[in-house]
Amino acid sequence: MQKKYTGKSAIRVDAYDKATGRAKYVEDMLPDGALIMKIAHSKITHGYVKSIDTSAAEAVPGVVKVLTCFDVPDITFPTSGHPWSTDPHHQDVADRKLLNQHVRYYGDDIAIVIAENSVAATQAVRLIKAEYEELPFVLDPQEAMKDGAPQIHEEYPNNILAHTSSSIGNYAEAIKEPGLIKIEGWYRTPTVQHCHIENHGVYAYEENGRVVVVSSTQIPHIVRRICGQATGLPWGNIRVIKPYIGGGFGNKQDALYEPLVTWATTQVGGRLVHFECEREETFVSNRVRHSITTHLISWVREDGTLVARKGEQFANSGSYASHGHSIVAKGAGSIPQLYPVPNYEGDAYSIYTNRPTAGAMRGYGMPQTTFAVESHTDDICKQLNLDPIEYRRRTLMPQGYVDNFSKNEQYFDSFNQCLDEAIKVMDYDRKYEEYKNQTGPIRKGIGVSVFWYNTAVWPISLESCSVRMIVNQDGSIQYQTGETEIGQGCDTAYSQMVADAVGVPLKDVHVVSCQDTDVTPYGTGAYASRQTYIGSLGIAKCATELRKKILQIAHDQTRMPIEILDLVDGKIIRTTDGRVLETLGDLAMESLYSLEDSHHITAETTCQIKSNAYSFGCCIAEVEVDIPLCKAKLTKIVNVHDCGSLINPQLAEAQVHGGMSMGIGYGLSEQLLFDEKTGKPLNNNLLDYKLSTFMDHPELEVRFIENAEPTNPFGTKALGEPPACPVASAIRNAIRNATDVSINVCPINPHVLYKEFTEAGLIVD
Amino acid sequence: MEKHQIQYQTVHFTLNGKEVEQTVDVRASLTDMLRNDFHMLSVKKGCEVGECGACTVLIDDEAINSCLWLAVWAEGKNIRTLESLVGPNGELSDVQQCFVEEAAIQCGFCTPGFIMTAQEIIETGKEYTDDQLRKLLSGHLCRCTGYENILRAVKKAIKKAMYKNLAKEQSAE
Repeated sequence: MQKKYTGKSAIRVDAYDKATGRAKYVEDMLPDGALIMKIAHSKITHGYVKSIDTSAAEAVPGVVKVLTCFDVPDITFPTSGHPWSTDPHHQDVADRKLLNQHVRYYGDDIAIVIAENSVAATQAVRLIKAEYEELPFVLDPQEAMKDGAPQIHEEYPNNILAHTSSSIGNYAEAIKEPGLIKIEGWYRTPTVQHCHIENHGVYAYEENGRVVVVSSTQIPHIVRRICGQATGLPWGNIRVIKPYIGGGFGNKQDALYEPLVTWATTQVGGRLVHFECEREETFVSNRVRHSITTHLISWVREDGTLVARKGEQFANSGSYASHGHSIVAKGAGSIPQLYPVPNYEGDAYSIYTNRPTAGAMRGYGMPQTTFAVESHTDDICKQLNLDPIEYRRRTLMPQGYVDNFSKNEQYFDSFNQCLDEAIKVMDYDRKYEEYKNQTGPIRKGIGVSVFWYNTAVWPISLESCSVRMIVNQDGSIQYQTGETEIGQGCDTAYSQMVADAVGVPLKDVHVVSCQDTDVTPYGTGAYASRQTYIGSLGIAKCATELRKKILQIAHDQTRMPIEILDLVDGKIIRTTDGRVLETLGDLAMESLYSLEDSHHITAETTCQIKSNAYSFGCCIAEVEVDIPLCKAKLTKIVNVHDCGSLINPQLAEAQVHGGMSMGIGYGLSEQLLFDEKTGKPLNNNLLDYKLSTFMDHPELEVRFIENAEPTNPFGTKALGEPPACPVASAIRNAIRNATDVSINVCPINPHVLYKEFTEAGLIVD
Repeated sequence: MEKHQIQYQTVHFTLNGKEVEQTVDVRASLTDMLRNDFHMLSVKKGCEVGECGACTVLIDDEAINSCLWLAVWAEGKNIRTLESLVGPNGELSDVQQCFVEEAAIQCGFCTPGFIMTAQEIIETGKEYTDDQLRKLLSGHLCRCTGYENILRAVKKAIKKAMYKNLAKEQSAE
């Protein structure tokens, strides 16, 4: 394979259109005359809708139809953007209807208005009168597990959506070893939201007896399946189109409102119905990140040797299952792998509560778990007076480690390499010494966190990638796949990989960015940091087939033995002397228009993938803590990643910036708050929810260690989600380094610091 | 129910260098008028309450959240959207080019707003420190880039503009 375009920075294939505002997002494609849909949300946190009076809403001029939870099909459906499983035991939990009579959070969907314009729709929604039978509610997962807690879904006693246990060795025996030191901590992470700048929007209409759905989604093929499941329509009667989307980060890896809008258009004779979430709805009625409470107990010898560990995790799943147990399970599975331990007991719980539904979000359980494990690791170091870096080097997953379940292997000395680089960038050793024993109101600190991340979803779920390549008359390649561009830059990486895998110039690769389930080969879409890893395997397979066809035609046309023909940078080469026999353009023209033997040259393949790869890295953060003001300011930060060989270094770096930014917000400022007394969201807007702004970051430094991943033809592996995983814990550990106060909750905002500093005696009222 | 009488008003303004007039619902935002009546689809809606900055346009050379502006306030104003920055043959402006080169674009949804504020900054002809630039750009939210490459792009565009001005001055001398 030529390696001319991969490994080098290339301008994004969509950069021009996005810089000029020409790139089309859902709302930009909306035809004139669309009907506007608005949703009436429940004004209670838990209970039953007894009746809905729609008469006043229906009387608003311009209102076409009002539909309620009493009108929807009696079908419960799953929403998670997982690949479907034909095994009923592995299928996602189907626990919601299009509109719900049993409302389970403040903001649940109970009715819709379809109107000729948005003013009428908005006015009508306000006039919908619902009567409820209110029930007690519960917001905290550990409260929800108690006997007598409000029952949220009848089939799930104690609101336990799922509970899994795992064990290695014999924990109970191992902790009897004399002289062991027990170190224990509870670590809590907040509910946060994805906050992609484009809210989720969708429109649907009927065409030739089928429903066309245009949606801001990461997973068009999966959404088609779910729209079918939710409405009872045959899946083939639904066509989903995904244009450019304004970010997703996992929120749009769920069927959000596509099923409801699919049904809505069928209720108004197939007229086009458009729905767009308002920002306030995005926060509450889409998906959020699971708030997870992690309880860790470690039994260590005096030198820090980890003898036994116990990990319990309680994930707040909110009101509906969405991705179910997979998120906390991913985190839980990482605990005994990141720091291998001979005796381990783990329990992970996903718990229904009366909060917004938690689903996938960049990192998928790992930011939560990494915060807990890496805070805990520093707690061990503190208690035993060990150096945090040296201790990690000694106890982290070593080179050669193989996970029995996934068969993933740590092929390289990645952790040490990443740590070495981060230490250098940050001048860590000097600062770590300098920041010891500080006094005074302003103190500096430096902290480290590592992370582990599994690429893609094998062996938990199906991993496959379908690709179609078509040779145009000019020798350029049209490339189609079900894997989706959501801002991360995969279309550009694909164009580079296709150019190298097929053997054509980069400018001759045309990536079809928009997915349309009528024409795009099946692919599950953007999630699990899988697009580059899985996509590259799909590309390699399809390119092999396409090249075989091209070279066969070249043989037919030139009569040269096929064994000495090659396609290099768009030219058919005789390898023996390097002579250019013809261009791919000439070959394609002749082939297509030949009166003797006409072919259109195309290849289409499905590549199923049964391997996987670990991604690794670390973050070092430096902070300045103003103790009397209870403020921690991030002053310097670096992320170092081993995500294999880089396909596009500039875009890889940009990807890490975004993840770091999300991690900074997670560590210091972001949290969605709820009123304990009513269950109402308190800050579901971008003013009161403290998303990081331009002012909240120092320069974001990024480095890479490029160990070519052996399981991938391009040597690549996960990068999309990993950058968000280690940041909050590195900040937390830096604050501990500065103040000697261990803070086991994030975001570490002034409210938290005030409480912690007061308890630690650093500030006195 | 009380019946609302919908009121319309005709506004006259300059849009991307061209004089235009439009009769609008007095309740409409400038964002709505620009998108719906003039198909200026670069004007993005992320919150519609002035929190995210995606809908930013230049009104008399000042970067403004168009979602917070009533369409009728456009009367007599000179309004520029991202569409105005592209040259007649599709050439990118310096700011746009720098955003492209510096990988300051990911999902692209916040991009038009950022570019308009960057344009405002550049047109001041002044130099700024990084901290000042961060503050000037902080009315825009971006979830993809961590702002890092946007800062690089804006700094590069400022430099470019300075060189151009210098060259102009020198050729004038």
